[in-house]
Amino acid sequence: MLENIKNFASQFFVTGDPLIYGADVSIVLTTLAIVFVLTYFKKWGWLWREWLTTVDHKKIGIMYIIASLLMLFRGGVDALLMRIQLAFPNMPFLHSEHYNEIFTTHGTIMILFMAMPFMFGLFNIVVPLQIGARDVAYPFLNAVSFWLFFLGAMLFNISFVIGGSADAGWLSYPPLSENQFSPGPGQNFYIWGIQISGIGSLATGINFIVTILKMRAPGMKLMDMPLFTWSVMASCIMIIFAFPVLTVTLALLFIDRFAGAHFFTIDGGGNPMMYINLIWIWGHPEVYIVVLPAFGIFSEIVSTFSRKPIFGYTSMVFAMMIISVLGYFTWVHHFFTMGAGANVNAFFAVTTMAIAIPTGVKVFNWLFTMFRGRIRMEQPMLWTIAFIPCFLIGGATGVMLAVAPADYQYHNSYFLIAHFHQVLIGGVVFAYVAGLIYWWPKMFGFKLNDRLGKWAFWFWNIGFYVCFMPQYALGFMGMTRRLYTYGNWDLGWAPLNLLSTIGAFLMGIGFIFQAWQIIYSIKHGERDVTGDPWDGRTLEWSIPSPAPHYNFAVIPHAAGKDVWWRMKEEMKQGKAKQEKPKLEPIHMPKNSGIPFVMAVFWFIAGFGFTFAPTDITFGETKLTFVWISMAVIGLLGVGLCMLARSFQYDTDYYIPVDEVKRTEASLGRVV
Amino acid sequence: MKKQKLLRRVVFFIMAALATMLLAGCENYIVLNPKGPVAETQYRLIIISIILCLVVVIPVLAMLVYVVWRYRDKPGNKAPYTPEWVDSKTLEIVWWGIPIVIIAILGFFTVRDTFALAKPQDPETKPLTIQVTSLDWKWLFQYPEQGIATVNYIEIPTGVPVQFVVTSDAPMNSFWIPQLGGQTYTMPGMAMGLSLKANEPGEYFGSGANFTGEGFAHMQFKVVAKSQAEFDKWVQSVKQTAPALTKDGYKELAKPGISDKQFYSSFPPELFKEIVDKNGGQYYKQHEHHMKMNQNTNHGDMNHDANQHMEHGANQHEMSGMKADK
Repeated sequence: MLENIKNFASQFFVTGDPLIYGADVSIVLTTLAIVFVLTYFKKWGWLWREWLTTVDHKKIGIMYIIASLLMLFRGGVDALLMRIQLAFPNMPFLHSEHYNEIFTTHGTIMILFMAMPFMFGLFNIVVPLQIGARDVAYPFLNAVSFWLFFLGAMLFNISFVIGGSADAGWLSYPPLSENQFSPGPGQNFYIWGIQISGIGSLATGINFIVTILKMRAPGMKLMDMPLFTWSVMASCIMIIFAFPVLTVTLALLFIDRFAGAHFFTIDGGGNPMMYINLIWIWGHPEVYIVVLPAFGIFSEIVSTFSRKPIFGYTSMVFAMMIISVLGYFTWVHHFFTMGAGANVNAFFAVTTMAIAIPTGVKVFNWLFTMFRGRIRMEQPMLWTIAFIPCFLIGGATGVMLAVAPADYQYHNSYFLIAHFHQVLIGGVVFAYVAGLIYWWPKMFGFKLNDRLGKWAFWFWNIGFYVCFMPQYALGFMGMTRRLYTYGNWDLGWAPLNLLSTIGAFLMGIGFIFQAWQIIYSIKHGERDVTGDPWDGRTLEWSIPSPAPHYNFAVIPHAAGKDVWWRMKEEMKQGKAKQEKPKLEPIHMPKNSGIPFVMAVFWFIAGFGFTFAPTDITFGETKLTFVWISMAVIGLLGVGLCMLARSFQYDTDYYIPVDEVKRTEASLGRVV
Repeated sequence: MKKQKLLRRVVFFIMAALATMLLAGCENYIVLNPKGPVAETQYRLIIISIILCLVVVIPVLAMLVYVVWRYRDKPGNKAPYTPEWVDSKTLEIVWWGIPIVIIAILGFFTVRDTFALAKPQDPETKPLTIQVTSLDWKWLFQYPEQGIATVNYIEIPTGVPVQFVVTSDAPMNSFWIPQLGGQTYTMPGMAMGLSLKANEPGEYFGSGANFTGEGFAHMQFKVVAKSQAEFDKWVQSVKQTAPALTKDGYKELAKPGISDKQFYSSFPPELFKEIVDKNGGQYYKQHEHHMKMNQNTNHGDMNHDANQHMEHGANQHEMSGMKADK
């Protein structure tokens, strides 16, 4: 019996690597510490009532951002481990399989479990406030989305200590990702982690489109909306077209792996090229899904800190919508070298380059927003100004990559790696960090410390160039991606790799400064008593910081652009209406535990499906039955949750006028 | 003072970084040091695209620096401030126009060369055929006309177009010899073409560019280009000194593992076709024509079929499997 358990454990847990044991110990200790703290301070009830069951868009947004920062840490550690391994030729630090797992999880986590939730966090916090709404259109669904993302991410992350991680690259091309070459649960963790969180992403896309279309404050026309809200709209339209493709693709891959189908294995009449096409039909729009909101954030920040409305608003909106449509017609540029023929390659090369046109227009418009403005060098603006050169170069190398015949020389080389890190860090991460700092006072009621923030900024920026500029050069030297060692044929790659590693560590230090900045500011941060710390222009700055849970005591009338800015101008000129708005009871959604419970059932189902195709044994018996039962129980649970929800009628309540008055008074507002 | 010191250190660091990059030596930038017509065309495109991008990037960067400096929010800044100026048709037409023009120029060169490279490099000269198979984790090269085979090592005559026919008996890889020209995917069950040529004798670096698992980092090979006479001599010496590659030998070779250079004086004549077929090639009729082409060249006879193959089979070749679906 003991022998059987031992044998099972050795198959079930990842063993044999001191790094992993270290991680095991730290995971157990952290969990124990959290449990202890919650118990000691009697916070379990608080956790359940205030967070696990909440449907408040602001709290959900905060949870998204906390989760994404944790994932940024995990993905960042992955990156540093890789850079250590590549710092010198023949580095005996990671062996091949470990390195392969790390670059796979780094890519998957950074895109799907860092960038996406960070973005959703900002959507959640900002959009309802910007359009003068009290919550999103479907608050319950919003909570479902978050918990599906979170437990999907956790499912992906436990592969680190249980069963082993995926190691076929972040897009898991078959045939490498098929059972023949990647047996074991790693690929299944990848599939199910992404599937579960993907359902959440799709629901969020739907939720925000409806919110933006139906929940705007009276008077706000579409062409009056703040540009961030527009960018969310563009991004969500892409989500609802792209994510179903991902879901189907991964489902087919799982059927291949579990049921022995041959969708993507050519020896059974399937075709791996189909997978590569499908995954990029999702994958390329995905890049624009994360970068369009970044453009929105920069538009808000540039305008606020230049004290000028955004230049060329109409152009900006059209540019974003053009990108969101064109973004669907470029996917083949990820595999020009698959040889689709001259016609196909020429078409996709030109569409790809065409994306540079609206993007270029946006850059010009940002510049001219600053032109003849008054530029305040606050933290969010610093990140924005740093973004422009970074994204220009990243965009330029993107155009270079789009030149199909030349791409035959860049493909899968470090030139490509440098390019997409430049647009994803310089574009997306810089934007989200800028946005986080910008909206932080609205979330928590205090500003983030300036001095520490600037240290973080400089470390990130200098680190970025030191890390990735050498990688362009390495691409020209013929270094291809996903190499765990290059000792046996070093072609002068070593010094540049060492330099790149130094840069990565500088960015790591930048991250530490950011963590320090947050912790320091919680205690010492400058309190925001006005609700409008940056002299903002849009509606979110018209309410107190942090926003009360009903957001607006009275829904404002919001005709025209930059509503709050104009309200302030009118107040200055004494033209503001003096009559007191009439308070009414506020209709709000009730909290619910169902989203959390349902996501836990999804997790159980996903875990069962993950191990169902594996050969793990207990004694002599294969455990397939156990795993399948687990999956069935999980799915049944999900079904029961949905059923329970459909029979729940008591889902909303009214906040009485008295309570609104008290809350507003305590926030220093007279109503 | 402190700030200045810091600044000086940063500048020093950047200079040191640049120096390191330059000192790495130009000959190391193999992509920018082409030795064959395909790589040369691609190199020209790289240079054109860099120039066209710089035409936009440099002025915009200069503008950014100027604007941020001139309009910073400092007391006493006399620069104009126009908080209501939000639109200008003329300016907007200008900057919709600039990228459109740049992209149109670059698009023209791109499309032109995409089609140019899809044509045979040197239709007058009879090409040397090399059948390439990516394995876990090594490269097998078969010379059907010479009847020899090698592992992780290619020799080719200079000035002669080389028709690579690539496939895989392992996960998908990508066959890349940067100095001769860009890469193409090697896919199981498919035979794809890549036509390259070396202009001058030399040793060129080749590698697999698409990740295939554990031993992927060890999939490099050397390409040696020499004169036709020396090449023929090398073929003779391989024929005389190397062992034969048998079917069992191939099975052994195809097992996952890394390998050093190897040479074979002969190989089973149908081996390449069998590799393609067993991986699913039988589902794609289109391959018949690649196969036929190889047999034709085996007999040293360049007929219509082979020419047709060359039309597709250059750098930008067709996706055989997809076409078969029609």
